Parts: sequence; C-alpha cells; structure tokens
Amino acid sequence: MEEINALFHGFTVALTPFNLMLMFVGIILGVIIGVLPGLGGANGVAILLPLTFSMPPTSAIIMLSCIYWGALFGGAITSILFNIPGEPWSVATTFDGYPMAQQGRAGEALTGAFTSSFVGALVAVLMFTFLAPLIANFALQFGPPEFFAVYLLTFCSFVGTGKGNPFKIVASMMLGFAMAAVGIDIVTGQLRLTFGFTELLSGFHFLVAVIGLFGIGEILLSMEEGLSFSGHGARINPTIVLQTWAKLPRYWATSIRSCLIGCWMGIIPGGATPASFMSYGVARQMSREGAKFGTGQLEGVVAPETAAHAAGTSALLPMITLGIPGSPTAAVLLGGLMIWGLQPGPLLFVEQKDFVWGLIASMYLGNIAGLIVVLTMVPLFAAILRVPFPIIAPVIVVICAIGAYTVKNNMLDVWMMVVFGVVGYAFRKLDYPLAPMVLALVLGDSAESSFRQSMLIAQGDLRVFFSNWLVGSLTGLALVALFWPLLSAGITRLRAALAAGPG
Amino acid sequence: MADNHGSARASARTVVIDLVVAVLVFALGAIVGYDSYRLGASWGSDGPQAGYFPFYIGLLICICGAVVFVQSFVRLGTDRKVFVTAGQFKQVLVILLPSAVYVFGVWLIGIYVSSLLFITLFMSFAGHYGWLRSAAVGLAVSLSAFVMFELWFKIPLPKGPVERLLGF
Repeated sequence: MEEINALFHGFTVALTPFNLMLMFVGIILGVIIGVLPGLGGANGVAILLPLTFSMPPTSAIIMLSCIYWGALFGGAITSILFNIPGEPWSVATTFDGYPMAQQGRAGEALTGAFTSSFVGALVAVLMFTFLAPLIANFALQFGPPEFFAVYLLTFCSFVGTGKGNPFKIVASMMLGFAMAAVGIDIVTGQLRLTFGFTELLSGFHFLVAVIGLFGIGEILLSMEEGLSFSGHGARINPTIVLQTWAKLPRYWATSIRSCLIGCWMGIIPGGATPASFMSYGVARQMSREGAKFGTGQLEGVVAPETAAHAAGTSALLPMITLGIPGSPTAAVLLGGLMIWGLQPGPLLFVEQKDFVWGLIASMYLGNIAGLIVVLTMVPLFAAILRVPFPIIAPVIVVICAIGAYTVKNNMLDVWMMVVFGVVGYAFRKLDYPLAPMVLALVLGDSAESSFRQSMLIAQGDLRVFFSNWLVGSLTGLALVALFWPLLSAGITRLRAALAAGPG
Repeated sequence: MADNHGSARASARTVVIDLVVAVLVFALGAIVGYDSYRLGASWGSDGPQAGYFPFYIGLLICICGAVVFVQSFVRLGTDRKVFVTAGQFKQVLVILLPSAVYVFGVWLIGIYVSSLLFITLFMSFAGHYGWLRSAAVGLAVSLSAFVMFELWFKIPLPKGPVERLLGF
C-alpha cells in the first residue's frame, strides 16, 4: 500500500501544467526522432539532453523519458508504412505490418501496433511500480563486490544473448571500457591514456560517442541505399480505430505471453530486440493462424510490439534501481541523471522520492499521452517520413553537430563525432554491436571503481566475488550467461547422446 | 582493395575490411595495455595502481583483435561477401566529405553560416533542388537554431565574423 501512496504523490508531482506540456512535447519530438533516419531513441535523447540542464531534474527526466516512449511508438510507423524498421526492435513488426500496409490495411496495423505497445508498456510500468522499490530495498545491502558482480552480469549477458561473433561483442565492449578510462584517474589523480594531449584530460564523453555512432553512422549507412525511398500513405480515422480495438481482445493470450516475454527480457540488457523476435516466434507457434504469419496478420503485429514496448519500459528498472541501464537509451538517461547530480541506484528511492515517483507516474501518463498523440497525428508523421533524403540528411548532420558541441561547448567533440560516425558505419557493417560499447563507456568508471574497491577490501583476492551467497550467485549467473551458448549447445548434445544411447 | 574476380570488381570485400579493423583493434588494445603498464598495472603500496584495470581491458582487446584476425584470415580465400561497392562508397562520400568540410567551417566561421551554406549547397548539388528552395531550407534551419539556442535556451554556439557584424 505504501507504493500506492507514493504513486499518488508521484502523480501530484507529474501533473503540473508545465510537466504535462513537456510530456506532450517530448512524445511528439520522440515520434519525430523515431521516424527520422539517423535519429533513434538513444541519439535523440543524447542531443536533447543539454537542453534540459536548466530544468529541474524531475521535469527533465519526464521530458526525456517521454521522448523515449515517443521513439518506441515511432519505430512502428516506419516499419509498417515503409518496411524500414526505425529501431532494431521494430524489425519483427515489419514481418506482418508491411504486408498489411500493402493490402491497404495500414490504419488497422498502426492502430494494432500502437494499442499493443500501450498495453505492453502499461503492464511493464505496473510491474515497475511494485518491483522497483523491492529491488532497490534489496540492493541497499549491496557492497562493492555485489555491484561489480551485477555489472559483470550485465556485460556477460550481452555476450551470451547477443547474436553474432562473441569476440566482436567483447572487443566492442572493451573498447568502450578503454575509452571510459581515458583522462584523470579519480583514485590516484594520474593521467591515463592521454599521451600528452590536454584535450583528452576530461576523457571521451559518451553523448558524443552516441551521437556519432548512431546518428552520423546511420546517415552514412542510409546514403548507401541512395537518395530515395517510398512508403505507403496512412489514414487513421475513428472507425478504423474502433474496429481494430474490437478485434484486439481476441489476441489476449498472445498479449499476455508477449508482456511476460517483454518484461523478463527487458530487465536483461539489450533485451527489447530479442524480446520482439522471441515474442513473434512464440506467437507464430501458439497461434491457430500461425501458418498465415508473414502475410499480414494483425496478431503478428501485436506480438512483437507488445513485447518490445514492455521490454523498452522494463529496461529502465535496472537503470533506476541499480544504476545499470538495460539499453543504450537507458544508458543515456542514466548519464543525464549523473549530470543533474543524482546518483542512480538504490539510494535514489530513499533520498529522491519526488524524483523517482514523479518519473514512475509520468510513465503512466506519458504512455497515455503517447497513445493519443500517435493515433491522432499519424498523417503528420508519415508526411515527415516523405521529406526527401537530400533535405533530411544535411539537416540531421547539423542537428548532430549542434548536439555534440553543446555537450561540453567543445569544438573537438564535433570532430570526434565525425570520427565516431565513421567507426559506427564500419562497425555496423562488420557486425560489431554498438550497444555494448556505449554501455561500457557509460558504466566504465563505476564498474572500475567497484572492482577496485572490492580488490582493496579483499587485498587483491579474486575469491571475494564468491565470498557470500549473494555475490556468489550473481557472479555464478554472470558466468552462466557468458558461456550460455556453449552450455546450451552442450545440453542439446548431451540430450541427443542420451536419446541415441542404449537403454 | 579491389580484386580481379569479375562481379566483385571495384568493391571491397567484407573479410578484407574485417582483417584491417581487427589489426586496428589489436593496435588500440596494445596502446591501452602499454600505457597502463607504464602507469603501473600491479599492486601498489596502497592498493591497485592506476593501470590495474585498464591493463586487462587492453589485454582483452588484443585477444579479441587477434581472434577476429585469425577468423577472418581463415575465410580470406573463400568469403566473397561485398563490404561496399564503388557506387555505394561514392554515395557515402557524398555526405561524409561535405560533413567534414562543414565541421571545419563550424570551427572557422561559426555554426550558423556554415549550416546555412552546407544545407543549401548539399540540397542543390546532391539533391538537384533549385537554389531558392535550398537556400530557404538552409536559412530556416539556421535561423531556428539561432532563435532556439542563442535567444531561447541561452546556450552559445560557435559564432564567426558574420554574427559579430550583427552584434552578437
């Protein structure tokens, strides 16, 4: 019941006219960012972050998280109308969403996508409301070894759950850690990896990296395809919305399954994309019309969208409670918290009640606002998508440059952004994942200091990470996550051997 | 990096780029490891030294770079996947080079005039739009950035002689 009271208090914090306005502004900006190439959720939030420095932190996080919800909604628009996933987690939405648009059922597909996104988010926020204080309370007992074990778990599960070459994932992640180490070492005051360049004293700022890797990199990648793309028009009117809403309850089982998959996968880092695929796959297997998936089934849109949105929302749970983000966008939000002088982690629930509950309340309100905005303004967003690329491309480069400059009012950062753009382009083409790099860059310093503190406590004995059941099970889990592909292959082989064996 | 196999002519193969990037990754790891070693990567009188953590990071980067190098080297003869064709690469340069010049311009004459020029020139040369339309878009973006940052949010962006002439 304590949570309910706190939540109502949160609503009083979030429901000021100023915050409500920020919410709508955030959602609209977020959808625009979500539909434009080169401006994804992480990148868009990174560019807009400096604008919020002068706001009170609660208003700032409300606006930024609303940008995030908006970007989550926006990804569906490009997937369905243009067959271009705006975000990685909307790839699965294209499978049935685009065929529906081709058959002239774009309105139905969009309504289905938005509504199920909303349902997914709502379930995730409900879980968040009741689970977050528990986890935060539990995490209050954490010491440095436990925190390092949680970091370890985060990064190991990237390797274990990631598709593709594990060595490329680790390389990308470790490059992020190395960049985080550049500059003055906070413990000894020594200069690390600066090689005499005074510009490197303050290190690499992750916002600049995000803007370059995701923004400029994406523009370069899109340019390859040439300067044109075409899409289907969309009209949503109240009749279509009501008709689709009447159909949706039929898919209640799919919705529940997708919510569960999304919530679970969202807490694990990098979860939204696998969650959407997994949910699509499960829905195809369980549905009576599974064979027709891929030809324009509403259920094929509902499943991935519900899971992606649930996962995107629950990615904020480890960010707020433990200070460990589950996605690049959550990592950028975490960086924002640090800049506003808030230390993310369990103490936030004790020391910054207004902030935390204001944020949670704004999750409910923001998603309602988001649903209203996207349902009413789809034609506008589709029109933005049809602005030709030769106009969009230089404008986005300008926006990225402004974003990179305003991080520290430093011209070198703008150059770094271009370099990161080229790196992002090459890495994307070579299947080096970018998310682990960004996460490592954000968390590098905290991970290092918790490691050093643990080493100090234990006088350099690595067994400290197995010294009690809590830290031991976290480290154990991390190792299982790291070697999961090997383990699951081993189990499959063992089963096959047992089945084939005599008796 | 072009090779002589008909269809792959005038294009770079993914596996070759993979090799090059693996070498770069290894080199970066070596730099990180070296500098951390220089600072001291062991146990000092008061606990772990400054290079303790980054040294192992550098080591891991080197290992990953080496493994990716070997993995790509094995596929060098067989993998014909194209990284980028000449035509695609030209498209990429069409935006990359002007962007680099633009960043140089930001440093030289400030962000507002450079943005105006960049958008106008890119639209008219790469996009074949009329001068008037291109200039209108450039001016609109530049002006709205000015109003938003200089006047509204009071965040100063790089300015040059033109802005000084106008009294900012």
